[in-house]
Amino acid sequence: MQTFFIIAILALGFLVTFQIAKASEYVSVIRGEEQSRRQSNKINAFLLLMFLIVGLIGVYYCNEKLAGKILHYGNPSSDHGVLVDRMLIITLWVTFIVFVLTQACLFWFSFKYQESENRKPYYFPHDNKLELLWTTVPAVVLTVMVGFGIFYWFKITGDAPKDAMVVEVTGSQFKWEFRYPGKDGILGKKYYKEINDAKSNPLGQLWDDPANQDDVYGTTELHLVVNRPVKMVIGAKDVIHDVGLAHFRMKMDAVPGTPTTMWFTPTKTTKQMRDELQDPEFVYEISCDQMCGKGHYSMRGTIVVETQEEYDTWLITQKPQYLTANPSKDPNAVKAPAAGAPADSTGKTGTDTVKAVASAMH
Amino acid sequence: MSEAIQLHSETVVGHGFHHDDHGHHHQSFVSKYIFSMDHKMIAKQFLITGIIWAIIGGLFSVLFRLQLGFPGQSFPILETFFGNWAKGGTIQPEFYYALVTMHGTVLVFFVLTAGLSGTFSNFLIPLQVGARDMASPFMNMLSYWFFFMASIVMIASLFIQTGPASGGWTMYPPLSALGQASQGSKAGADMWLISMALFIVSQLMAGLNYISTILNMRTKGMSMTRLPLTIWALFFTAVLGVLSFPVLLSGAILLLFDRNIGTSFFLSDIVVNGEVLPNEGGSAILFQHLFWFLGHPEVYIILLPAMGMVSEVLSVNSRKPIFGYMAMLGSLFAIAILAFLVWAHHMFVTGLNPFLGSVFVLLTLLIAVPSAIKVFNWLTTLWRGNIRFTPAMLFGIGFVSLFISGGLTGIWLGNSTIDIHLHDTMFVVAHFHIVMGVASMFGMFAGIYHWFPKMFGRFLNNTLGYLHFWVTMIGAYLIFWPMHYQGLAGIPRRYLDKSNWHSFNQFGDLDKMITVVSIVVFAVQLMFVFNFFYSIFKGRKVTTTNPWGANTLEWTTPINPGHGNWSGEIPEVHRWPYDYGKDGREFIPQTEPVGSNESKH
Repeated sequence: MQTFFIIAILALGFLVTFQIAKASEYVSVIRGEEQSRRQSNKINAFLLLMFLIVGLIGVYYCNEKLAGKILHYGNPSSDHGVLVDRMLIITLWVTFIVFVLTQACLFWFSFKYQESENRKPYYFPHDNKLELLWTTVPAVVLTVMVGFGIFYWFKITGDAPKDAMVVEVTGSQFKWEFRYPGKDGILGKKYYKEINDAKSNPLGQLWDDPANQDDVYGTTELHLVVNRPVKMVIGAKDVIHDVGLAHFRMKMDAVPGTPTTMWFTPTKTTKQMRDELQDPEFVYEISCDQMCGKGHYSMRGTIVVETQEEYDTWLITQKPQYLTANPSKDPNAVKAPAAGAPADSTGKTGTDTVKAVASAMH
Repeated sequence: MSEAIQLHSETVVGHGFHHDDHGHHHQSFVSKYIFSMDHKMIAKQFLITGIIWAIIGGLFSVLFRLQLGFPGQSFPILETFFGNWAKGGTIQPEFYYALVTMHGTVLVFFVLTAGLSGTFSNFLIPLQVGARDMASPFMNMLSYWFFFMASIVMIASLFIQTGPASGGWTMYPPLSALGQASQGSKAGADMWLISMALFIVSQLMAGLNYISTILNMRTKGMSMTRLPLTIWALFFTAVLGVLSFPVLLSGAILLLFDRNIGTSFFLSDIVVNGEVLPNEGGSAILFQHLFWFLGHPEVYIILLPAMGMVSEVLSVNSRKPIFGYMAMLGSLFAIAILAFLVWAHHMFVTGLNPFLGSVFVLLTLLIAVPSAIKVFNWLTTLWRGNIRFTPAMLFGIGFVSLFISGGLTGIWLGNSTIDIHLHDTMFVVAHFHIVMGVASMFGMFAGIYHWFPKMFGRFLNNTLGYLHFWVTMIGAYLIFWPMHYQGLAGIPRRYLDKSNWHSFNQFGDLDKMITVVSIVVFAVQLMFVFNFFYSIFKGRKVTTTNPWGANTLEWTTPINPGHGNWSGEIPEVHRWPYDYGKDGREFIPQTEPVGSNESKH
């Protein structure tokens, strides 16, 4: 019923507008088309000027209202984020000045040079000096911006420092999985055909590679150490995903078959951010930024940034996936019966098992 | 040149020359309105098909805006119309993604490529260069019918059980290649690819025709530098299309192979829903290169016709020559070249080699220089003019405003450092909708309002035109300006519900506002469509051949030109098309010989 009313009102509005428009056409014929044309010309010229003024006020109002909602601008949570934000501010000021000047000219000229009987338009087909001016000035300004941009870009995409910790991030419909290299600092080899959730091998690790035996697997929540560079090795199992880290201002696609990397240094722990934002619920989020199917909008992961000690305490409670997948190799298996339960060996519950084991060990 | 003209009169002798009061040779309804070879009729066919597509594509955006503005709220009417796609009156994720995919595909290809350059290239090229028709009228007709077939296939895909393609208008594999990964990647994706292949064939036939007509069939005296800027813009558009569409065709066909005959061009190392696929060694990124090698020139295929028409409309209605004709032409040329050299700026975060990325940053920001030249020249064209605000002129001014706003945010995104943060966020959505979507739409509206009298011999209703402009202009800024802030907050594109996110759920009211405004704007577009069709039959009649006081050749034809355009000889051209306000005269048509004591420019 409500919908019917809305449609009826819309249709009525339509009809009324149309009738008015039609009538105005007749009126203009009666009153003299030239005269009514001149009048509407004046109205539109005035409206264009109003559009400029109200528009600029609107731009200010919009900024007042929304600027506070854009994730702590100028105060990002990673070293690279500082560069991104700085580049953003430089670009913002340059483009904003150009924006105001050109829009002001556009609407002001429209108003000022509206048709009037006394004005003769100025025949002005070209002017080499002017054209040279507005070719070179933008070119110079843009060169400077390209310079800054590329300088920062190489800093951000350059090689990761040698002491960076490495973690592997894998996207699949619609979840994030992580692998930490364990004590040896090396991620073991893997092959996609080995991926088998039923065998507790969600990433396809090759168990005969010794480097795999201490690799720790986790899902949903990633642990990082504050002020320690981290290099992410990023991949995907099924379709293209994208590791989006808005607070760190970082982003990299996860492409099946083509591993990618990105590195940065988190500079604020989760706790620090909670204090800074006075938001006890705050959590760093990993968003999927590349369309990946019907669950794309819900492909969420989280990151805990903590101190080295906190990280170490956490890591020690984690059981390597090798032992979950091969319970017979687990020296603690006899003591912790939960790990032996075969029903628990799918990807998701696998971690729960790990946690259960962890709590059992404490 | 003279050969071309001779060739012309030969081809036209059959119908155009034994002219009587009834016009031309007898045509059946079918040969006049359906399988017509008259460029003007084909232009109208493109335009009306484009308008129908625009209504469909626009309606899709209203539907998904409902979800974005009011996530989770039930609209029972949706279930009535869409059944399982909107179970319980809420838009299901599969439906949402099908809607955004189709919205993008339809608007980019069917409306702003076929509907825009299809309409105005066909309509304006022969009329403004002084030709009786296209170089190959038959191929021209085929081009429309291939487009029509592409449309039928795409429409049909909306009605199949698994729905249309839903992997985004860019159709990146593996998502678009694997039926297991998404409903829309089942039959819908095949139909998308087939439709696109047909569409590309249509565009190639059209483009070759436009190019050969412009190069070979100009009337006597119409040297290349006397062409109106519309024609130059349409020429570069056609060149871009002819050189880049085949690359998309190759991508589409390889993807069809991957989908249907087990090749691995784009597939490697995939486990989907627990199923291990045998494909190894393909590159998913390869498709992105093929796609964007078309995809970026496509942006200019959409934008250049609008630029050309706006240049013409601004000059005519300022009663003043376009400022810096040669610079305008040079910048069109520069844009056309650079359009081919910037495609990888869509791929900064795909793992592209950073050095390569930096080259693309340089080339991308370089494109801002010719764009800036164009903007400054348009502004100078307005300066000290005597401006008439016809609806076409208002849309022209609106175009410049939007082009500035959207172009400047391009400088943000083209800089890879900033793109890391803004890539694939709502900022990108805001940027390209303003600069490519709405701006080109404005160019198209400017063209329609300006040339409607030539197309149908009647005027559109002015009052509705003004209302159309003001609501659309204000609406466009209300919708897309604040959307930049969502992008700055990092909100990714194609998120249909942000309530589960801690970082992205702060814009609820804004999303509501945008949805309401977009519904209003859509309603006003419907009003325009009504105005369009009503005025074809009932609009105020045009009483003079040159209602705008313009210099170009199309206004030397009869009010309702028949097939062949001019009833007598094709007029000869003596000057460039922008002699407005020269030597105290309001305008001097191109057909007027240069006087002995006329000042030079």
